[in-house]
Amino acid sequence: FSSAMSASFYTKPANNGNAGVAMETSWDSNPGRQRTLQPITTGASVLAIKYNAGVIMVADTLGSYGSLAKFRSIPRVLRVNDATVAAASGDLADMQFLNTVVENHAIDEEIHEHGIAYSPASLHSWLTRVMYNRRSRINPLWNTYIVAGTEAGQPFLGYVNMLGVAFKEDCLATGFGSHLCLGLLREALDAAGGYAGLTEETATSALEACLRVLYYRDCRAYNQYQLANVPVAKPAQVSGPHFLQSDWSVAKLVKHYTE
Amino acid sequence: MLADWTQQEVLTGTTIMAVEYNGGVVIGADSRTSSGTYVTNRTQDKLTPLTEYIYCCRSGSAADTQAIADHVRYYLDFSRISQGREPTVRYAAHVMQSILYNNRDNLSAAVIVAGWDEVNGGQVYCIPLGGLLVRQPMAAGGSGSTYIWGHLDAQFKPGMTDTECQEFVAKSVSLAIKRDGSSGGVCRLAVINRRRRTTAHYHARRFAKVVRWLN
Repeated sequence: FSSAMSASFYTKPANNGNAGVAMETSWDSNPGRQRTLQPITTGASVLAIKYNAGVIMVADTLGSYGSLAKFRSIPRVLRVNDATVAAASGDLADMQFLNTVVENHAIDEEIHEHGIAYSPASLHSWLTRVMYNRRSRINPLWNTYIVAGTEAGQPFLGYVNMLGVAFKEDCLATGFGSHLCLGLLREALDAAGGYAGLTEETATSALEACLRVLYYRDCRAYNQYQLANVPVAKPAQVSGPHFLQSDWSVAKLVKHYTE
Repeated sequence: MLADWTQQEVLTGTTIMAVEYNGGVVIGADSRTSSGTYVTNRTQDKLTPLTEYIYCCRSGSAADTQAIADHVRYYLDFSRISQGREPTVRYAAHVMQSILYNNRDNLSAAVIVAGWDEVNGGQVYCIPLGGLLVRQPMAAGGSGSTYIWGHLDAQFKPGMTDTECQEFVAKSVSLAIKRDGSSGGVCRLAVINRRRRTTAHYHARRFAKVVRWLN
């Protein structure tokens, strides 16, 4: 069936030079057309932090349709292999497209049986090239990805956005999380003297505290989430859905808006 | 000097719904197509067969969704020949997603693909604008769905029988018709299971008892 489609959206790496991703879209064949690309169904923040023996990443399970909380059980965390996980915020149709391509690549790697699997650094690098290329054709994949995992025995954490801006850090957040939560995550790292001093429990509770802040203050956040833990010495695990407890007792103290 | 509505694209501003039950699915839609504020067709059938066991509920541009459904029906016919068996609902939904996602910039189409197959029984797949694919036990779409999300959240329970699902879908679509100017006419309802499709129509007035109380 895919050969019958006018633009097949996945081709094997050997067949073309485009890293196995369809670079041609309906827009490319219609170069005179003006278009405002906009995200439709979107995911909110993704948060991640390194700890002494790995890296943890969280993302809620909500797909928002504008202001409507339409899809309340969408998994946004992708387990690529034992050493790599990735999660996306932004347009979820674009996320599904990219995740399918990544999964197909992972299968290809297995078929080749050369003992090389995607590492988080190679996935991060490949994603950066794809996102930057699409941006340069003025047809971005409207996502911000966080790639997490184990690279050469060390925790890895990388960020790529729809412009192709990419960097690596000890703690990362997308969307509202980058405004409300990065400070909290950096404080946790400072208090521990760097990620080497952060335990898994402290890292998890720091992320949970951040999710709570987002649930209180981000209109598009949700109180059900997935958690991905990639320890350096063990396979990656994605768990969920977890439910976030929230504390509204402060509401009792507030009455009227005037004295 | 032509009237404004003659220049407007024909839309299925709509209410569409689909619910899974044990053994099949129940799908429903209103029957109004509009061109601006004029009702071009008051008895439209938005429940469109992709195969005998798989239907799609269409919302958005009537032209876009009809053309795409025709394409998907073609691919599924082809798949039936090449695989020697009925296509699965999941396959049909992915074919639909592929067209809607890859042409998202040029289309105004949102559908619900629902049907029955031997592998997984009754399934409902929601494909909103933009081309995301999500399987859900209950899906609603179209402009009218915005008015009934509260009702759906309050009244939906998993594990309903097929009769309960039919009542639920008919009542929900009728409530949406009552409030949404872009939805109207009758509620077309269909049950799809291993015995293929059976249809009924409910006039919105059938649920006047409920609706009168709300007004």
